[in-house]
Amino acid sequence: MSTVVLLLVTGLGLGALYFLIASGLSLTYGLMRVLNFAHGIFLTVGGYASWWIAVRLPFGDPWRFLVALLGCLVVGAIVAAAVEIGLIRPLYRRHVEQVLVTVGLALAFTALVQGTFGPDPISYPAPSWTQGVTQVAGANIPNSRLLAIAVAAVVFLVLSAFLRFTRWGLIVRAGVENRAMVAALGIDVQRAFTLVFALGGVAAALAGALGALYFGNIDPERGTATLIFAFIVIVIGGLGSFTGSALAAVVVGLLQQFMNYYASVYWGFSAAGDLSVVLLLAVVLLWRPQGLLGRSVG
Amino acid sequence: MSTPTATRTLLEVDDLHVHLGESHILQGVSFQVPAGGVTALLGRNGAGKTTTIKAILGLVGRSGSIRLSNRELSRMTTHEIVRLGIGYVPEEREVFSELTVAENLRLAERDKRPRYDLVFDVFPELEQRRAQAAGSLSGGQQQMVAVARALLNDNQIILVDEPTKGLSPLMVAKAASALKRAAQAATLLLVEQNLQVARDLAEKVIVLDEGRVAYTGDVADLLADPALARRYLGVGGH
Repeated sequence: MSTVVLLLVTGLGLGALYFLIASGLSLTYGLMRVLNFAHGIFLTVGGYASWWIAVRLPFGDPWRFLVALLGCLVVGAIVAAAVEIGLIRPLYRRHVEQVLVTVGLALAFTALVQGTFGPDPISYPAPSWTQGVTQVAGANIPNSRLLAIAVAAVVFLVLSAFLRFTRWGLIVRAGVENRAMVAALGIDVQRAFTLVFALGGVAAALAGALGALYFGNIDPERGTATLIFAFIVIVIGGLGSFTGSALAAVVVGLLQQFMNYYASVYWGFSAAGDLSVVLLLAVVLLWRPQGLLGRSVG
Repeated sequence: MSTPTATRTLLEVDDLHVHLGESHILQGVSFQVPAGGVTALLGRNGAGKTTTIKAILGLVGRSGSIRLSNRELSRMTTHEIVRLGIGYVPEEREVFSELTVAENLRLAERDKRPRYDLVFDVFPELEQRRAQAAGSLSGGQQQMVAVARALLNDNQIILVDEPTKGLSPLMVAKAASALKRAAQAATLLLVEQNLQVARDLAEKVIVLDEGRVAYTGDVADLLADPALARRYLGVGGH
C-alpha cells in the first residue's frame, strides 16, 4: 500500500513539473500556432537563475529560496518575452523557419550554459524542509514532490482564473479560436502573444526551480530533456487546451512512475516508463487525434 | 429610408490591389463611400466584395490607398484600423463559439460606455441568452451577436458582409430591420447578395466585376435598369 501511495504522489509530482512546462507551451500553440522548441530553455533559465541568486544571498532559508524563486520567475518572464519579440514575432506564419530558429536557439542556449557553468549537474542549495519527508498513508513522501504538486495546483487555479475572469484571459481564449477576428474587434493580439509567452516563461522557470529541488541539482540539458515529455503532454491533452494539458500531465506522470517501478521490479526492464508514455501517445493519436480535450478540426 | 443630407466622403479607396496566391483578386479598385446612410457593395460571386472588406481592415495583404476621414489606413495594423471607429460584421459571423454571448460582447467593447441599451433594444433575445455559449446559438442568433458587436461601439462606419446569407426569410427580415437601426448610428458599407435587402437599405451602390469597379451610382437606378442589373449582377432588376 505504501509503495502505491509513494508512486502515486511522486507520479503526481512529476506530472506537476510536466504541467508547469506544458501549460505555457499549450497556450503558446493555441493562441499563436507556434511550436516553440526553445521552450525548454525557460526551464533551464529558471533552474540556473534561482541557483545563481540563492548562492549569492546573505540570508538563510526559507527567505533565500523564496527570493531566488521570485527572481527566477522575473528572469523567466524577461527571457521569454525577449525570445517572442526578437525571434518569434518576425517569423509568424513561417512555420519551417520557426522550427529551425527555436531548435537552433535551444541547442545554442544549452551550449552557452554548458560553456558558462560547466557540462555537469550542479548541486542545488535546497531548503532543509524540501529535503525531508512527510508520512502519507504509511509512505515516506519527499517534501519536494509535495511542494511541486501544491505549486502546480496553485498555478493551475491561478491560470484558470486568469483565463476565465480577466479581459486578457478572454482575449487569449478568443484568440485560440480565431486570432484574426480578435484583431478585427480592435484588440492588439500581438500584446496578448507577448503576455502568453511571458506567462509560459514564468511557469517553465517555476518548473526549473522546483525541478532543481525534485532532482537535487540543476543540469544544462534538463530543459530540452523535459520538453520532449511536455510536447507529448500537450499532444495527448489536445493542442491548445490548457485543461487538457493539466489532465495529460497527471496521466503521463503517473504512468511513467508506475511503469518505471513495476516493470523494473517484475520484468527487470528499467526504461518502461518512457516507452509506455510514447505508446500512450500513439494510442491517443489513433483513438482521438485531437487529444483528450482538444477540438476536432474539419 | 431617408436620404442622408451629408455628402462628405467618409471612406476613400484608391487603386486597391490584392493578390491571394497566384490570383490577382482586386485589380485597382477605387471608390468612395459618403458619410451617412448605407452604401451597397454588390457583384457576382467571386467579384471581390469580401476581399475588399478584408483589405480595408488589413486582414489580407494589399497595396493602394485606403483613407477613413482622410486618415491613411494602408500602413496600419488591423486593430489600429478598427480603433479609428470601424465595426465589422463578417460573412461567416465568426462569433467565438466557446465564449458566452456576454463574453462575445464584452470582448468587442472599445468605448468607455458600450451601448448595451441599443444592443438589447435591437436584439432583446441576446439579453435573455447572455450566459449561453455562442456556439450553441442558431445561425440567426449568431448573426445577431455579430451585428451586436458592431453596434456596441460608436463607429464611424460598419462593414457588413452578407448579413442575410443562410438565414430563413423570417431572420432575413429581422436582420434587415436591425441593419436599418444600425444605419441610424453609423454609415454602413453593405455587401449583400439579397437584392431585395440591398434595395430596401441602401441608397448608393458600388458594383464589382472580376476585381474591378464596374458601376457606381444609385441603387434604384441600377435595379431599375434590367440590362445593367443582368450585366453586373446576373439578375433582372425587378
